[in-house]
Amino acid sequence: MGALVDVTRCIGCGSCEVACSLYNGLKPEQEQESKTAPVSENVELAVNRWTVVQSHKFEKNGEQIRRFVKRQYFHCQEPACASACFAKAMQKTPAGPVVYNENLCVGCRYCMIACPFEVLKFEWNKPFPRVLKCQMCPDRVTEGQMPACASVCPTGAITFGEREKLVEEAKKRLADKPNFYVNHIYGLNEVGGTSWLYISDVPFGELGFRTDAPEKALPEYTWEVLRWTPAIFVGWGAILTGLYIYNKRRAAAHDEEEMYAPVDPD
Amino acid sequence: MQKKRWTFRITGLRVLMIALVIVAVLICLYRFVYGLGSMTNLSDQWPWGLWIGFDLLCGIALAGGGFSTALIVHVLHKEKFLPIARAALLTSLIGYLIALVSLFLDIGRWYNFWRPFVYWGFHSVLFEVFWCISLYTVVQILEFGDIFFERVKVNFPPYKKILQAIMPFLLILGIVLPTLHQSSLGSLYIIAVNKLNPLWWSMIIPFFFVWSAFFLGPAMATIEGTLAARTYQRKPELHVFSDLTKVTMWMLIIYLIVKIIDLNYRGVFSSAFNGSFESNMFLLEIIGFVILPIVMYAIPGIRTKQWGVFTASVLVVAGVILNRLNVVFTGMAKSLSGQYFPSLWEFLVTIGMWCALILIYCFIAENFPILNKEEHVPNRMISSGASVRA
Ligand code: SF4
Ligand code: SF4
Repeated sequence: MGALVDVTRCIGCGSCEVACSLYNGLKPEQEQESKTAPVSENVELAVNRWTVVQSHKFEKNGEQIRRFVKRQYFHCQEPACASACFAKAMQKTPAGPVVYNENLCVGCRYCMIACPFEVLKFEWNKPFPRVLKCQMCPDRVTEGQMPACASVCPTGAITFGEREKLVEEAKKRLADKPNFYVNHIYGLNEVGGTSWLYISDVPFGELGFRTDAPEKALPEYTWEVLRWTPAIFVGWGAILTGLYIYNKRRAAAHDEEEMYAPVDPD
Repeated sequence: MQKKRWTFRITGLRVLMIALVIVAVLICLYRFVYGLGSMTNLSDQWPWGLWIGFDLLCGIALAGGGFSTALIVHVLHKEKFLPIARAALLTSLIGYLIALVSLFLDIGRWYNFWRPFVYWGFHSVLFEVFWCISLYTVVQILEFGDIFFERVKVNFPPYKKILQAIMPFLLILGIVLPTLHQSSLGSLYIIAVNKLNPLWWSMIIPFFFVWSAFFLGPAMATIEGTLAARTYQRKPELHVFSDLTKVTMWMLIIYLIVKIIDLNYRGVFSSAFNGSFESNMFLLEIIGFVILPIVMYAIPGIRTKQWGVFTASVLVVAGVILNRLNVVFTGMAKSLSGQYFPSLWEFLVTIGMWCALILIYCFIAENFPILNKEEHVPNRMISSGASVRA
């Protein structure tokens, strides 16, 4: 499953933000606890804000325009965070959501290093902190409902459904108004594809999206290296054993106990 | 030789170091109660800071002396390096313990630390790092047991016998494991494809990490040996150090060549000269701490002098530290939206941890057979004394 956000349809009402906090029981007083450096005057994602609507002003054809972007976790098709987690606390479920299990989490924050979009948030001021983020309302989604945010959007800026259908829909919208939209579906190919897709009439870089994400899924990079591990273990071990045995025969015996002694500090 | 008493000389410096260790312990207690955010400058943009970047990454690299000397001495049987073998093993062991402590400090949900032993997230590089480091620490403790029981004679002979029987196995494991995880410490950053500056990001970053950890070993042994000689007023093992330079020099040369080929291959070679902060740091790392030591090692007039090997070795070690810091900090700075500079508390914890390392080393060297047996030489006979102090 996934969602398509049409930036041009969002009016910035913030209903999705409210719906998200209410449904997930996120408390605003956690505010001070987040240690997210503000990049702009826009509110950023935080441990208690799993989705935010940010506004951006532009000059287009001599006119002032404003665009609102709902930001959130991307639920990548091949999530870097999940592949990075050594405790299996982050996992991609078959239905699409990438969910976090705090009971398994060690709090190492390698998932945050791995995430190409910097959207994971950590409870820095808790003795036993969690990594928090949008879970795509897994309970609602398994029941066949939309996530809370999508269900309340008054303008239809968020379309929820099968990812393939959403891609089709996005392509159709781009094809219908080629002069209006930027010809790019953000999330179609970025890091191997994400469950949340975006289309827009202003370049994504100007909306604060990372434009440097590679098209290859990140876990593939790691795996290319990691899969050599057993071979190196066995091969290197064999070489060393061979050398050891070979050199052992020629080595002179020496008595280590005679050789070393504690030093006398005085 | 049996000394029954445990000795630990107390000097002013040692008192200071003990105080610093206590301060660090107190800060750590505070951290466990109030969370990481309460005293570190870490943030969502900079989830890993000084403790991971320096104590863990550099600490483990500095401990590389253990496995490279084990390889040279016990597998290749270059007997002449035997005098430094135990000291290298000891530093390595303490280095790993420090790394484990800092890891434990840094993880948020530490009571879950054992999870990866049970839930196998083997697609994660961290999984490999975690397993190899834990296993290797155990191996080192076992290896050290050999030395331990030379001093502490217990009427439990089987231990030493068992140990002797499995020692070859431990030795091999003690080289294979660190090879794997030294490289995977580098692989940790492979996933940061769009975050780490291409001057450092590379698919062969694991090679660079393991290779540099290896050539750092002999340099570390030289520094340690020199410092130990000074502290305990002994003659430094100069001939051993000079011989080791050959290993280090050739490894440095290969490192340099591979680095240049790799940069060229990825088409980022020119960005090393674009005048940006990153490129300058990169050039500093390569020219000051790779090329310069190569030159120093190549000149016999420098290589065979105590000050010469020592200085060049310091450069090599500093270079590897700089490299790790560049990967963790310099290379990431531009692409991350936040800023990070360690807080005073983070520094104090780090300082305390390294003081603890030195104190433990001294205690063990003074009570266990670690250093080569040798008669006492008065201070003034050590030719290198003055230059080392500088
Ligand atoms: S999908 Fe659910 S959790 Fe995610 S932003 Fe929308 S309401 Fe919040
Ligand atoms: S912080 Fe938790 S979820 Fe993230 S990688 Fe570590 S163990 Fe996994």
